[in-house]
Amino acid sequence: MDGQAILARLRARLGAGVLDTHAYRGDHTAVVARAALADALAFCRDDAGLKFDMLVDVTAVDYLKFPGREDGPRFDVVYHLYSVDHNHRLRLKVAVEQDDAWVPTAAGLWPIANWLEREVWDMFGIRFEGHPDLRRLLLYEEFVGHPLRKDYPINRRQPLIGPKV
Amino acid sequence: MGVGAFFTGKLDEAIGWARKYSIFQYPFVTACCGMEYMATACSHYDVDRFGAGLPRFSPRQADVLFVVGTISHKMAPVLKRIYDQMCEPKWVVAFGVCTCTGGFYDNYATVQGIDTIIPVDVYIPGCPPRPESVIDGLMKLQDKIAAGTQRF
Repeated sequence: MDGQAILARLRARLGAGVLDTHAYRGDHTAVVARAALADALAFCRDDAGLKFDMLVDVTAVDYLKFPGREDGPRFDVVYHLYSVDHNHRLRLKVAVEQDDAWVPTAAGLWPIANWLEREVWDMFGIRFEGHPDLRRLLLYEEFVGHPLRKDYPINRRQPLIGPKV
Repeated sequence: MGVGAFFTGKLDEAIGWARKYSIFQYPFVTACCGMEYMATACSHYDVDRFGAGLPRFSPRQADVLFVVGTISHKMAPVLKRIYDQMCEPKWVVAFGVCTCTGGFYDNYATVQGIDTIIPVDVYIPGCPPRPESVIDGLMKLQDKIAAGTQRF
């Protein structure tokens, strides 16, 4: 399915849930409101025309020092979707405020979302409501802070931890 | 110094000689340095001619811990545990700059030098070190083993 057709289908289903769409050099992106996100992801996976059966990545962007977005929501949670049968891709973005940093989980739809969302929690500190086991994935549990946030100082040292015995 | 000291001195030397030519290393390989470790251990740069050709993949059976490759904070307790499980006498070789000082991973996830966790005997810098460097480090380790006072 053509990228513009994908975006049109998403708009038709979600209506006001799709806040913005844009395309750039073959990449098609839809900015979705958080309230419509769970519906949007389920629709993307289950609709026969879209059939996005592969969640390629869940990641986040921190716009703390981004020129032009200092006043806006701090984080964007980004979902990359791919359909094996139709060979088309889509990117969904959800804007998230710093003080209200949560997003509904996709772990019920794609099993890989379990670990991808754990990584986003580990690195950015964005919670995923409904996630069965939201804990750190890449760093150890006693680590303090979320390193990929822009206000994490690059030369901060964490205390060394010893064996668990 | 009496006759007794002469014999214990010679005994120490003999034990040091035997130990330095029968190194059972535990290659704690985590990253890219493992490639150079394997290259050193194989036939071209043979490490077997130093008597160090048999890696023991259990800390209980090894006496030299070669820490090869980057150690992250998540791996650090495992490394400490492996070190604790080895029997005396034991030595540690920090292989590659990641283990010496953290290397170019000056970040939140990497241990900035394993000597913050376990005592190190020989540091082999390099990213990764050439096999000749590794053999040089191994020979320095052998000198250290031969010269060490024997603790029973």
